[in-house]
Amino acid sequence: VFNYLRHLRPLYVRRTREIRGVFTFASCSSVLAAASTFATLFSVPVCAQQTESGAPVVVQPGAPGKPTRTLPTTTRGTLPPASPADVQFMQGMIMHHAQAVEMTALIESHTQNKGVTSLGARISRSQSDEIRFMKRWLASRGQPTAMPDMPDMKMAHGDMSHGSMPLMPGMLTPEQMEALRNAKGHEFDRLFLTGMIQHHGGALTMVKDLFDTAGAGQDAELFDFTTEVDSGQRAEIRIMQSMLEKKSLGDKR
Amino acid sequence: MSRVHTIAFRLLVASFLLGLLFVGRMQAQTPSSQESTKAADAKSDQKKAEEDPFAPEPAPPLPAGMTGSDANDPRAKLKPGWYDAGEISKGLTHLLLLKKPDPFRLDTADAANPKVQETLSRMGVADPSKMPKGAQVVVAQLAFANSDLAFQGHHLFQGNFYGVNIYDISNPAKTQLVTSMICPGGQGDVSVYRNLMFMSVEQPNGRIDCGTQGFPPGPPPSPDQEKKEEKKPTIPAPQKERFRGVRIFDISDIKNPRQVAAVQTCRGSHTHTLVVDPKDKNNVYIYVSGTSFVRQNEELAGCSGEKPDKDPNTALFRIDVIKVPLAAPQDARVVSNPRLFMDPRSGALNGLNNGGTHGKDGEKPTDTDQCHDITVFSAMGLAAGACSGNGIVLDIKDPVHPKRLDAVNDPNYSYWHSASFSNDGTKVVFTDEWGGGLGARCRANDPNKWGADALFRLKGNKLTFASYYKLPAAQGDTENCVAHNGSLIPVPGRDIEVQAWYQGGVSVMDFTDVDHPVEIAYFDRGPIDPHVLVLGGDWSAYWYNGHIYASEIARGLDIFELSPTAFLTQNEIDAAKTVQVAELNVQNQQKIEWPARLVVAKAYLDQLERSQALPADQIAAVRQAIQSAESSNLDPKDRAKLQSFAPSLKKIAGTAKSSADSKRLQSLAEILQRPSK
Repeated sequence: VFNYLRHLRPLYVRRTREIRGVFTFASCSSVLAAASTFATLFSVPVCAQQTESGAPVVVQPGAPGKPTRTLPTTTRGTLPPASPADVQFMQGMIMHHAQAVEMTALIESHTQNKGVTSLGARISRSQSDEIRFMKRWLASRGQPTAMPDMPDMKMAHGDMSHGSMPLMPGMLTPEQMEALRNAKGHEFDRLFLTGMIQHHGGALTMVKDLFDTAGAGQDAELFDFTTEVDSGQRAEIRIMQSMLEKKSLGDKR
Repeated sequence: MSRVHTIAFRLLVASFLLGLLFVGRMQAQTPSSQESTKAADAKSDQKKAEEDPFAPEPAPPLPAGMTGSDANDPRAKLKPGWYDAGEISKGLTHLLLLKKPDPFRLDTADAANPKVQETLSRMGVADPSKMPKGAQVVVAQLAFANSDLAFQGHHLFQGNFYGVNIYDISNPAKTQLVTSMICPGGQGDVSVYRNLMFMSVEQPNGRIDCGTQGFPPGPPPSPDQEKKEEKKPTIPAPQKERFRGVRIFDISDIKNPRQVAAVQTCRGSHTHTLVVDPKDKNNVYIYVSGTSFVRQNEELAGCSGEKPDKDPNTALFRIDVIKVPLAAPQDARVVSNPRLFMDPRSGALNGLNNGGTHGKDGEKPTDTDQCHDITVFSAMGLAAGACSGNGIVLDIKDPVHPKRLDAVNDPNYSYWHSASFSNDGTKVVFTDEWGGGLGARCRANDPNKWGADALFRLKGNKLTFASYYKLPAAQGDTENCVAHNGSLIPVPGRDIEVQAWYQGGVSVMDFTDVDHPVEIAYFDRGPIDPHVLVLGGDWSAYWYNGHIYASEIARGLDIFELSPTAFLTQNEIDAAKTVQVAELNVQNQQKIEWPARLVVAKAYLDQLERSQALPADQIAAVRQAIQSAESSNLDPKDRAKLQSFAPSLKKIAGTAKSSADSKRLQSLAEILQRPSK
């Protein structure tokens, strides 16, 4: 059946169960000595198993070749240190994502292109969803969702956009945003796609920078999230590049 | 770690992270402060409710032409709760839920503990009510998440992002914890082979010495610094003590696993697959699937994350193969890096593309540069790879140099996650982990072709799409749910898979008819929380020697037994239980063979009755003969009687309408010819 069936102890389980029934009240140490030969034959595994199951151990292996340490059963889990870079990454990425949502909000009134419309809807949806995730991550760690060094006064500059706020990598400058707002039709499509490729490329830079920072990215959720962001944005970049290359701008989609 | 250090470290962690965690709980326990805040700041509360970052997003409407799962299914609206959630099942008996062991929970879980309050006040947390509801359950869901399962003898190995727990399942209904092994690094997928246990590590907190401390963070760059250094390339932080790859433990002493090797890889190991070469008795192999970032050359020499046109030695676009000498596992090392995605004509490393279009936020129609999971079927010399943008089939007769035979993509697929073969190797079930398992993807408005199983025919090493299967019951918007890990249930004469769907629970699918898979049994419990999506649910659900074990991410370990229904008889269940294996690593799929016992014959008879492929009077006659043979313990006269049925059954097999019935009749005849006790 299986290659290594020879290692199988198929009757072991059943046998111990039966024996267990017989010796439920037998204590391993004392009673066994007095038990019949037959019983003693089978009671060794029973005994071992009861010991095995009776008192679970908590252990922590060492490096290869080093011994394993037994820890007290009262041991509780600890998390790796939180990195300030993690918090900054999330705060920065919220701002970064917000611009993508802002860009996609222009689509309806600026272009009829189906490909751009469909792609924009997807980007808007995924980036909004991810913003929610990031806010949840920050809030649950008692952290503000905006960077502390970005006072509200900066919002006073012009419209609700990013004014003079320091831009995250890849974010469109106020001038680029203005050009996008003023474009229509094919020109808008082109600016939107090139702008969004630039924008997404910045996210990849942010992820790379994060993992190039000492002690960053050790939070399990942040790790999984960044892996998702990285592969998701790479995918969208490729879609947009092919849309630009084909110049069909997604008419087929 | 000395005791002093431990305490100091706990305080440190508590002050930066954990302390805040319990603010939410304190809020619940100090209603007076909560109320006063409410009164003082009602408007703000209202605004907060509108912008509550914890509230789930409502499901968008179904795309045109798509259908969703059934919102009227009794599983759709179960009572929420951690350990008191509503539960419902069909064809499955839930034997028990073993809670996650304490060492795999956060440092201190008692908000009333003076230490926690002291820490909070020292940190200057003045107004706990500002902490949003649900904060306490959202932090660190993943850091202690249970992951995949492996089995050996009477031991179950449950992987966890924080280590491995080993259970004694001699008596499944009384399963007991044996060993909690702490060794963080995620995901902690496990395999076992004889005295060796293998474990996947991918996260940057993984340490060679299994330490929980991770690595110290550097100070955040100040904004001025940031501007000055904007043009400068970032300096990586190589950590020689960091471990990302596959750990190997000696488990000869089950209560004292010893690490014997730690094989580093560039992308770490998200999952791995044990590969046993039937021709090689001295070694086993590990296929390593890495999905996350490539680390710096400075940390692990030879690692490059460049595009293939810039660096032909890039760590992208490949898997890693580790060779493990059984007599000297400490010498395990990477022996090859197969370029599974190469275009055979152009030689380009990135020769595969995904035609996927459906993913709203999980879509990855990028060049496939990684496998998520690979299932090997050594009996056939084949492997099926679920490789982000593609499903692929590999020839693994030379396990060090797997060769791609076929690749498919699917317009409805977002992320090719895992694969399994039917026992006869004519079908492959792929899964699509749309949204990465973190999101609610089984809502009534989520299309049932997205985040589903895709069933393919496999003939002449070519895959052909047949159908989709998705959990038929709609799930709530706080339940992460998508297709995930499962295994075959060895019911003879049928293709049956038990599968985990995260908080969608466990679903048992019959795919004997590959064009029309149907659900025949299920278990589900309500969401962990009604308002917040708390990551949980069953990561994997596997059949092992008569029981079904499911690894519950947040809650612990679920154990089930099949119970008979119109879709599955007691004889079929008993026949499945005749298959006993020494070890089970689901991604190292083994060919199932059934003993020629009468209970197996009875299972075939039940199936032939269900499909009406054999006239009722003949079924009754064979059943009577079997009963007689069972009570006489197969005396010669009864043997002869059983044998007398074989020729006519074989004849009918030749004219049966379906190939499944034909095989059943044939197998039935063979058992009756030579029944064993």
